[in-house]
Amino acid sequence: MKVNRSNLVVALSGNPNCGKTSLFNHLTGLQQKISNIPGTTIERKSGWYTYDNDKIQLIDTPGTYSIKPKSKDEEAALELFQPNHSEAPDVIVYVADAQNLKRHLFYFSQLAERNIPMVLAINMLDISKAQGIEVNTNRLQKELGIPVVETNARKGIGLTQLKEAIHGQQFKCHYSFTDTSDNDQIIQRYNRIDSLLEKVLTQKTKNALFTEKIDPILTHPVWGYLIFIGVLLVVFQSVFMLAEYPMTLIESGFDLAGNALLDILPNNWIRSLLVNGIVAGLAGVVVFIPQIAILFFFMGIMEDTGYMSRVSFIMDKILRGLGLSGKSVVPLISGVACAIPAIMATRNIENWKDRIITILVTPLMSCSARLPVYTLLISIAVPDTYVLGVISLKGLLLLAMYLIGTIGTVVAAVIFKFIIKQKSLNYFIMELPIYHSPRWKNIGYQVWSKSLSFVKEAGKVILIVSVVLWFLASYGPKSEKAFSIQETQNLEESYAGKFGKVIEPAIKPIGFNWKIGIALLTSFAAREVFVGTMSTIYSVDDEEDVINIRKEMMAERDPITNKPVYSLAVVLSLMIFYAFAMQCMSTLAVVYKETKSIKWPLIQLGYMTALAYVSSFIVFNLFR
Amino acid sequence: MLLSEIDLGVKMSITGIEPCAFKEKLMEMGCIPGASITLTMIAPMGDPLAFNLEGYCLSMRRSEAKYIIVEPKLDEGK
Repeated sequence: MKVNRSNLVVALSGNPNCGKTSLFNHLTGLQQKISNIPGTTIERKSGWYTYDNDKIQLIDTPGTYSIKPKSKDEEAALELFQPNHSEAPDVIVYVADAQNLKRHLFYFSQLAERNIPMVLAINMLDISKAQGIEVNTNRLQKELGIPVVETNARKGIGLTQLKEAIHGQQFKCHYSFTDTSDNDQIIQRYNRIDSLLEKVLTQKTKNALFTEKIDPILTHPVWGYLIFIGVLLVVFQSVFMLAEYPMTLIESGFDLAGNALLDILPNNWIRSLLVNGIVAGLAGVVVFIPQIAILFFFMGIMEDTGYMSRVSFIMDKILRGLGLSGKSVVPLISGVACAIPAIMATRNIENWKDRIITILVTPLMSCSARLPVYTLLISIAVPDTYVLGVISLKGLLLLAMYLIGTIGTVVAAVIFKFIIKQKSLNYFIMELPIYHSPRWKNIGYQVWSKSLSFVKEAGKVILIVSVVLWFLASYGPKSEKAFSIQETQNLEESYAGKFGKVIEPAIKPIGFNWKIGIALLTSFAAREVFVGTMSTIYSVDDEEDVINIRKEMMAERDPITNKPVYSLAVVLSLMIFYAFAMQCMSTLAVVYKETKSIKWPLIQLGYMTALAYVSSFIVFNLFR
Repeated sequence: MLLSEIDLGVKMSITGIEPCAFKEKLMEMGCIPGASITLTMIAPMGDPLAFNLEGYCLSMRRSEAKYIIVEPKLDEGK
């Protein structure tokens, strides 16, 4: 049977960890794109290559163990193989790991009944040979009636033969795995696979794997956790410190561009929109790329080597009680640097409920953008005193803020565990793949595509909100007329200023005045903008000058009572507010991107604002 | 005997799975009657467990393993 050779659509299938992704990368090179299956968060990777001047489309399907979906996302991804599906592939290339052909052929046996021509790629023969397993691929080809190709996805061996098989005469599998069309006969399938493998497999003495030697150490009650803490420390330090240099570079680059535009363009609203709206918004997007790239580089290594599933294995019992998964650890810890790459990293959590809870609570971890806010406020609230002679009170308070964030995260996770309903079955039946050295090419592609999809999808939202915030801060109503617009040099007279005054009655119970109200609005762009807004309001020229802002803020007194406005109660209330409030549009944009629903970012904004308000109210009244 | 009760390193043979929500998942992963299974690792807090199932490593919680019925593997020499 021949199919139309041009416009050939080829689907890659197989179990997780079968080497499918490596094969996909080898075949397509950089000619690939990631798109979401409409209405889902499941990504579909497709790419193309040319063969005999024909452009061949290659679709990467998710690695699963069965054609029967175990989650809503899998259901959407596997729909492709439903009989008579409009996008059904012309050929399925099934990748199977030679070390464990029995289980890998189970999913194969289900696909083989879909009446689609197939090619079987037997992968990782080098590892199986080292284990003493020999596969007679010629015999397998005869038994199945479809081309069987030996590949080494890691080294890119067997690609030519694979392409030839895809484009040669096409065959459907004629080995029958079940008597009837009933798909439920799992035992019968395995029995038929067994009798097939008896003809093609020869197993000599089994050598102990490297994995079997190293696993007792990595899952050891003491060494296991110590090594994991060490790994986390390296990852976290890298995201935090390594990213700093490129981030400063990006920021000063955008500053330069902004200043250049200020010099070139005439002073009008277009210049202001370009510099303060668009350039500032773009900077707010691009500045996150170093952290995203670094985190995904390390996550890629952990996932690709097989270490991540051991992390789940040793952390499962501890985190299960919190409604989280063993895989939630990395996003949560990364949240201390920045919630954006952290939330993107939750894709590794297979269970829907675990993933949603992790996304919802991660922004409560004290991220690096809170640091400038805390620094300014602590310097106002606390004198330079030392506890026991050596411990700085300021440092203690800062530590307390990080602890409060962590406690908030854990408590919120436990509460969400009871609120959110489980969408899919919650079980921990998971393969622990054998260790292998990281495939740098795959990791490189992953870092690239994650950064790109962040810029493309979250970037749009961030840019739009930046422009809106720019408008609110630069324009205000004409005096006495509510529905009019005029440019304003003074933040007080802008819409942002009006907003501050309008919400003043609402924020008075937590000790905030209208000036703080303005900062609450503007720092929605990013928490550290609070410092900049405060310096604008108090007309401090250099916004980096914390000491001057501090002086101005400390000097301000209530016109009626003549007491300092920034009393201990107000400052502590502000700090608690910033610890819990969802003051970050970029995070909300990423949550929207990751959940593909407006519902979750709204719930997150709602619960965090409520939590912040109530906590600030309590703190303000306690210290008043 | 239940899979959740077996000792480390002893080769067992699966005889059946009690009805449970994840029975299909277990069977698809290769937990079918006659398959040989050995407990190879216990996570630090005593849960989950990791097994060698027909040559690959499968982990599950104790609460899941108790649905799988096993007996000692007799034909060890084969």
